[in-house]
Amino acid sequence: MNVKELKDVVIRFSGDSGDGMQLTGTLFSDTAALFGNGISTFPDYPAEIRAPQGTVSGVSGFQVHFGSSRMLTPGDYCDVLIAMNPAALKANVVWLKKDATIILDGDTLDEKSIARAGFKTNDPLEELGIKDYNILTPDITSMTKEALKDSGLDNKAVVKCKNMFALGICLYLYDKPLDHAISYIRGKFGKKNPAVAEANVKVLNAGYNFGANTHSFANTYSVQPAELEKGKYRSINGNVATAWGFMAASEKSGRPLFCGSYPITPATVILEELAKHKELGVKTVQAEDEIAGICTSIGAAFGGSFAVTSTSGPGLSLKSEAMGLAVIAELPLVVVDVQRGGPSTGLPTKTEQSDLKQALWGRNGECPMVVLAASSPSDCFHYAFQAGKIAMEHMTPVILLTDGFIANGSQPWKIPSMKDYPEIHPPIITELPEGEEVFLPYKRDEKLARRWAIPGTVGLEHRIGGLEKDALKGSVSHDPKNHQKMVETRAAKVAKVADYIPSQTVLGAEEGELLVVGWGGTRGHLQATVEKMQEEGKSVSLCHFNYINPLPKGVEEIFSKFKKIVVCELNEGQFADYLRMNFQQFHYEQYNKCQGLPFTTVELEAKFNELLEK
Amino acid sequence: MKYTQADFKSDQEVKWCPGCGDHFILNAVQKAMPDVAEIAGRNRSEFVVVSGIGCSSRFPYYMKTYGFHSIHGRANAIATGLKVANPGVSVFVATGDGDSLAIGGNHFIHAIRRNIDLNVVLFNNEIYGLTKGQYSPTSKLGKITKTSPYGTIEKPFNPGELIIGAKGTFFARSIDVEVDLTRQCLVRAAQHDGFSITEVLQNCVIFNDGAHAAFAKDKATRAEHTLVLKDGEKMLFGANKDKGIVLDGFRLKVVTVGKDGYTIDDVLTHDSKEPTTYIHNALASMKYPDFPVALGVIRDVDEPTYNNEVARQVAEVQEKSKIKCMDDLLNSGETWTIE
Repeated sequence: MNVKELKDVVIRFSGDSGDGMQLTGTLFSDTAALFGNGISTFPDYPAEIRAPQGTVSGVSGFQVHFGSSRMLTPGDYCDVLIAMNPAALKANVVWLKKDATIILDGDTLDEKSIARAGFKTNDPLEELGIKDYNILTPDITSMTKEALKDSGLDNKAVVKCKNMFALGICLYLYDKPLDHAISYIRGKFGKKNPAVAEANVKVLNAGYNFGANTHSFANTYSVQPAELEKGKYRSINGNVATAWGFMAASEKSGRPLFCGSYPITPATVILEELAKHKELGVKTVQAEDEIAGICTSIGAAFGGSFAVTSTSGPGLSLKSEAMGLAVIAELPLVVVDVQRGGPSTGLPTKTEQSDLKQALWGRNGECPMVVLAASSPSDCFHYAFQAGKIAMEHMTPVILLTDGFIANGSQPWKIPSMKDYPEIHPPIITELPEGEEVFLPYKRDEKLARRWAIPGTVGLEHRIGGLEKDALKGSVSHDPKNHQKMVETRAAKVAKVADYIPSQTVLGAEEGELLVVGWGGTRGHLQATVEKMQEEGKSVSLCHFNYINPLPKGVEEIFSKFKKIVVCELNEGQFADYLRMNFQQFHYEQYNKCQGLPFTTVELEAKFNELLEK
Repeated sequence: MKYTQADFKSDQEVKWCPGCGDHFILNAVQKAMPDVAEIAGRNRSEFVVVSGIGCSSRFPYYMKTYGFHSIHGRANAIATGLKVANPGVSVFVATGDGDSLAIGGNHFIHAIRRNIDLNVVLFNNEIYGLTKGQYSPTSKLGKITKTSPYGTIEKPFNPGELIIGAKGTFFARSIDVEVDLTRQCLVRAAQHDGFSITEVLQNCVIFNDGAHAAFAKDKATRAEHTLVLKDGEKMLFGANKDKGIVLDGFRLKVVTVGKDGYTIDDVLTHDSKEPTTYIHNALASMKYPDFPVALGVIRDVDEPTYNNEVARQVAEVQEKSKIKCMDDLLNSGETWTIE
């Protein structure tokens, strides 16, 4: 048996949505991460919880990219496809590399399963044109049954363990230990149902031994640990990182965290995660609808909490009116929008960046909000923290854009220390300042932020609301000049945030042929592509944006030093339009995609080469 | 030192129409607040009035407390977040039949269901006043308005039935001109730990003048056609207090004491603390002209409140958990070290 060394490998676990593929993939990626590999993952699951069994629409996938360096993307195409049935094979055949290995449960190559997957003939491999691929068809189901014949479990429970057989094979194939998976299984099921836990462990071992004992595999592979920065790491996905970033901002500001929210895919995990952390004083309200989600948060902000609300595209639409209230009331609030395919219900489980214009402008009146975008699973923590800092210090609502791809994807994260994060200083006022006879709720500081007087504070009773405010007293004012002044002041306050955020940076040479421009969750793919082309000596740099409104300083200077600019985004050109509006002097090429999928580095590289050659 | 009514008057000019029932309600609330503050041992700065949109929702500007005039229908949701986040303050909600029963209906029923400790004053004038005279969810069937020129074809809500049907824990009803009764209801409502609704039947002099006049227009009419409920007292009404409410099979019935064999012993005694909803609902349902309209505190029962339960869970989890700060959380669970 040969052990071949590889730099990186992409495995896609794929099966029915009830087959436990998300767990299988997570266990594999965590094992790789614990070993020290760089990882990046991408769950790809259907909107239906349990679509008809064995059909292509019910296929759930989980892709893991692991390697001996930092992984920026979950990989475009896979080296190994685990397909638990013919439907999984059919659904994923487009994602195979030319020399990919396919491990298909041989027990499912029966007429019924083949027909259910929608094949016309009885030979799916021929029909898909993949006969010459490296295809293995171990009888996973029957070997699982055989392993558990004395377990006393019923057939349904036995068959549920087959994903562990597949995991066992993969762990063998990539020379990984079983102990993490075993301790996870025992921890998760051991107490409630020890028989099920032990059955899973047994099948996991059986899969591993099958790999070792049979000579199905010519080689096993070793992927060396990545040379990552020294320190303590954990694996984290974007939604959890977002929740934790909010909690960190709460700790640093001394303001208790409140989240009013309504469940919506793919944002729900943020609410679920925050609901867990009552130990840190987090209060959550699962509201009766999206509007109540934001309105409870606005009430909490008025009441002195750091208030957040989580949602996805359609929910952001429902929250629009209330965001306007937060703008005119000048209360700190973070609205996180985990973008998904739209319009309307669209593609709930798929990723897209098409809510940008809604975030920037989707409200009545002159209604500016700060807009930020996170760009990787782990930096959701940083940008959630920043969103909280800006909201509280500038007394303004902030929209934080993430997307289904980074929200569900996970990566190793060097655990930060809270001492490295800045304090947050909200302009809380606790008594009437000298020289003020009555409290003036709309008097401002140098950031143009008004002061936060929390109900319960003696002597600062005041009224705010959605009607236009007098520029100082906060009482209702219909005065034309006052309205003009307030409109301009609210805009200036948001624009002023640019003085407090980092200037725009560029990755790579500061001048050259082609500048790739992106924002938000596409960074991994753009960076991986640009870095590869830079290594090949091509004149390509990346300018990736996390601060959308206001834009950081220094953008024009960067843009002016490149012959071509291409704006890449998972929509039809929303950020490109925004840049045209802000910096009309430049010409912007576009690369857009609306397929509910992330970019692939292959297609990006092709586009960039085309632009370089043109 | 006890507050006076004047301590709760803001410096804002009150801009409701002359003769509007809202003036009476403002008066009643400002009269109630010194007692409410004294009983609860609260400073004025611990009161917040939240409102939505509509004539009634201008209310916070006239109260010298913290106030938040929000957007249409959302007062109960905003007040919910405020109370959960800052349970130390006493939160009042000023809202109308359009604000809470139409556009904000969802928030209203869910606030009832959660039994969060808010005090709602529901101004019911059976019309949209601020938008100048369209029918509301409480307008009587057949009501002719600008948007129902041939009469409405929608059955109205009776707010009391809605609230008690949703297992509300506190419901009181008053009439705008009965300022002292409204004051008494509000003092009780503020003492109720849970979601309280005080419905005030309010007259809109411009767009729905006399909506409640049939039973409310003057003292004599009110004596004959309303029943002011008091705990432990017989349900008697009429100028001579000789008419009473009895239970006849499954229904309430109006009788005259001393007639048809009915004695005072047959007349029901009010008990707002009764946990079941049946009689309370029947009382809230009583309609002119067959029945007197029930006023006063109809229902006032104790149940756990949402805000207290949130605080309890937070305290319990905090006591048990080893995680005391973000650094603890960040380093918890599965981690690995790269040397």
